[in-house]
Amino acid sequence: MSTPFTPVVGGSALPSDAPAPATERNVPHRGGPANPSAEALRAKFGAAVLRVDVVWGETTVIIERTRVQEIVRWLHDDPSQRYEYLSDLTGVEFRDAEQPIEVVWHLRSIAFRRFLRLKVQLQRGQPLEVPSVWPVYKGADWLERECYDMFGIRFAGHPDLRRILMWEQYKEGFPLRKDFPLRGRFSRAEQLRQALAANPEARYSMEELSIADAFEDLPQEMRNRLRSGEKTGE
Amino acid sequence: MATIKRTVEVELSTTGMDAQGRPVRTPLAVAEDGSTVAVAAPPSMEPELEGEHMLINLGPQHPATHGVLRLVLELDGETVVRCIPHIGYLHCGFEKIGEYRQYNQIVPWTDREDYLNSIGNNVSFILGAERLFGIDCTPRATVLRVIAMELSRIASHLVWLGTTCIDIGAFTPFLWAFQERENIYALLERWVGARLTTSATRVGGMAADVPAGWTEQLQTFITLFPKTIDEVERMLTKNGIWVGRTIGLGAMTAEEALNYGLSGPMLRASGVAYDVRKDFPYLDYETYDFDVPVGSNGDVYDRYLVRVEELRQSTRILEQALRRLPDGPVNVDDHRVILPPKSKATSEMESMIHHFKQVMEGPRPPIGESYVATESPKGEKGYYMVSDGTAKPVRWRIRPPSYVNLSAIPKMVEGHLLSDVIAINASIDIVMGEIDR
Amino acid sequence: MGLINRPETDVVSYDPKGGDGWVTTRLDFLVNWGRANSLWPMPFGTACCAIEFMASAASQFDLARFGMERMSFSPRQADVLICAGRVPFKLAPVIRRIWQQMLQPKWCISMGACASTGGMFDNYAVVQGIDTIIPVDVYVPGCPPRPEGLIYGIMMLQEKVKRERAADTSLRNEMDPDPTSQLYIPPSAINELSEPFGNSIHQQRSGL
Repeated sequence: MSTPFTPVVGGSALPSDAPAPATERNVPHRGGPANPSAEALRAKFGAAVLRVDVVWGETTVIIERTRVQEIVRWLHDDPSQRYEYLSDLTGVEFRDAEQPIEVVWHLRSIAFRRFLRLKVQLQRGQPLEVPSVWPVYKGADWLERECYDMFGIRFAGHPDLRRILMWEQYKEGFPLRKDFPLRGRFSRAEQLRQALAANPEARYSMEELSIADAFEDLPQEMRNRLRSGEKTGE
Repeated sequence: MATIKRTVEVELSTTGMDAQGRPVRTPLAVAEDGSTVAVAAPPSMEPELEGEHMLINLGPQHPATHGVLRLVLELDGETVVRCIPHIGYLHCGFEKIGEYRQYNQIVPWTDREDYLNSIGNNVSFILGAERLFGIDCTPRATVLRVIAMELSRIASHLVWLGTTCIDIGAFTPFLWAFQERENIYALLERWVGARLTTSATRVGGMAADVPAGWTEQLQTFITLFPKTIDEVERMLTKNGIWVGRTIGLGAMTAEEALNYGLSGPMLRASGVAYDVRKDFPYLDYETYDFDVPVGSNGDVYDRYLVRVEELRQSTRILEQALRRLPDGPVNVDDHRVILPPKSKATSEMESMIHHFKQVMEGPRPPIGESYVATESPKGEKGYYMVSDGTAKPVRWRIRPPSYVNLSAIPKMVEGHLLSDVIAINASIDIVMGEIDR
Repeated sequence: MGLINRPETDVVSYDPKGGDGWVTTRLDFLVNWGRANSLWPMPFGTACCAIEFMASAASQFDLARFGMERMSFSPRQADVLICAGRVPFKLAPVIRRIWQQMLQPKWCISMGACASTGGMFDNYAVVQGIDTIIPVDVYVPGCPPRPEGLIYGIMMLQEKVKRERAADTSLRNEMDPDPTSQLYIPPSAINELSEPFGNSIHQQRSGL
């Protein structure tokens, strides 16, 4: 049983006389040629594109929060853009309290060999919520969970937004926020006490047990412990 | 279900580029008639027998999870119905600490995060930092960094090889792999003083130039290493047990792999010819003559073939790099980032001021942000740094290839047996330090 | 070497003025010799130190010379817990549980700076030394320690084992954590052990 196979090649959508990729040298701080997708976004979405910057050769497009999913889906589906690869998704909080919190998407088009950075700026005082791009890129699953865990930014439409790096009942807050001190808010003994309070034996969360009808089969004492809301090893 | 016979002949073209200078990808797994084969997943076991599902906890302390990974598996007999991975057991706040350290002080942190690829991480980070400063390093440093990255790639793939073999049951290649790793450790120790946690780069150059006689030692390594690869291949590649344990497992199609954000050998084994060194080159990689192995089925066996071939290609790059290593300074002559020589710093006023500013404050880049992606052995590794003009970054983000690769494990493991979970997990080549940071 | 006061002998020897009889000291010697030369490690490897641990177990440095090649990943069959790597707070209950699952006689080697004191990770996420969670016998400094360093630590542990006496029942006391807080040393001691020192004190400004 053999199916014909053609590898997906980088740069396959580029014309055959396009220059071969080369190491960038003497990249200017600002200015320089922008990614053509920025113009295409402006043409297609108009007012939703708030600003285009080119810093160190990388194009950053700042877009409106509400239209993130639409824009990302267009970038993914449109045959002239073909951003089929989500490289990274993260948040940035500046030290200056006036500056907004930014959510950053790094998109790559392997067919066109392009790199694009999308940003959404969340003004302080607004709820930290952004549409999720999980329906477009499955790889955004854990990336968005981490962004939530570290910054507290909620992603609307994410199937399972919960903490991933810290344990689920972590009480100290969101670590990468600037008002979170480096060593945490509690004393070391208190941090240790909270960490050790988790009982590794009550190790399945209610959510995990709901996937299998196995709750009835657990030993009675384990069921009692879970019902009484005992914290799991999460 | 019909079994699929499959001959594996490995054919490589000798040139890496076609007439237009675009890289040529070479498929690895070729059937008798010359076409490449897509193998279906193993048949499900006895679907008539129904029973209750078991919930099994694998980890976080487990010999075969490659670190502190916890997999909660819902099993129907031995078959995995669903897998829920839990990570964060090695979360050490790297990104938070990066906001409290100067750029040169962050370099030791990059060692510890993907600790199998420490010197490669040093180079990746410093490329991003130098982009933020607007500095291009010297020709000698460029070649030395290529040597560092490729040595690191070999070292990381050797650990992957050793641990995967142990997980699947073959103990001897582990010892061979670690013996070769000792040779690399000897090289790195002579160069920067440390075996594993090298901290070899600085903004504008390297921590140290290679000592006398180092290039001869590297040449010896390059000459002798392919024999070890041959030995490993002779033992494993056509071995019935190895092939039987790895074929058809955890297959990801090219579209799935791209959508899940996989990178590195995971992506290439699925048939996507994306290598950051070829598509978004850095450190003059476009001038080196090397191939990028691409698989077709995306299963564990293809990933094994891709990585073993990458070992050979890395040796090829090392040889070319060694031949073209130019003389000259290893550090850029830029007083903003490079400390002046001590003789000048203690005698000339200007050098003393530069020294003082750098040591007390640290080099300060202009306001901006940069993301330079490099090809680490695990995949696309990049450091996204945002600067507000101060000596310490506002945000230091590590784009962890293993993190995104591991997020696909629930998809890859469904329908396979429990022992296959171990093999698939090993094939992703995860490093928990990078995943949890 | 000069900072540690070593007793004069490193094995249990017959002291006519002491309370031990000749048979007990010979028995102690035999038992300790057997234990010291077959310490089955429980490699609790988390990070970079685990790679150096694996390198110690590989051909170049070969832990099998010490009887330690049988890595028991099940704590029930292990003698010495080698914590190789940093331990974040999320992993703390796991290492505590693993330690409690090990059977006496058991020892603990804290390998590397991160396991001993938290290392370079003086932040919200990392336990500042596993001795705040479990009792440690030997600390091996280094980041990561060379295999020779780990082997030195192992040999130090072997000397410690050889000096034990069966009559000393306090050696085999299981640690007794406080049932409410799960801490086995007082919180003030933990805070004191975890206090930043050295460069950590100065490097806590973000920005300029």
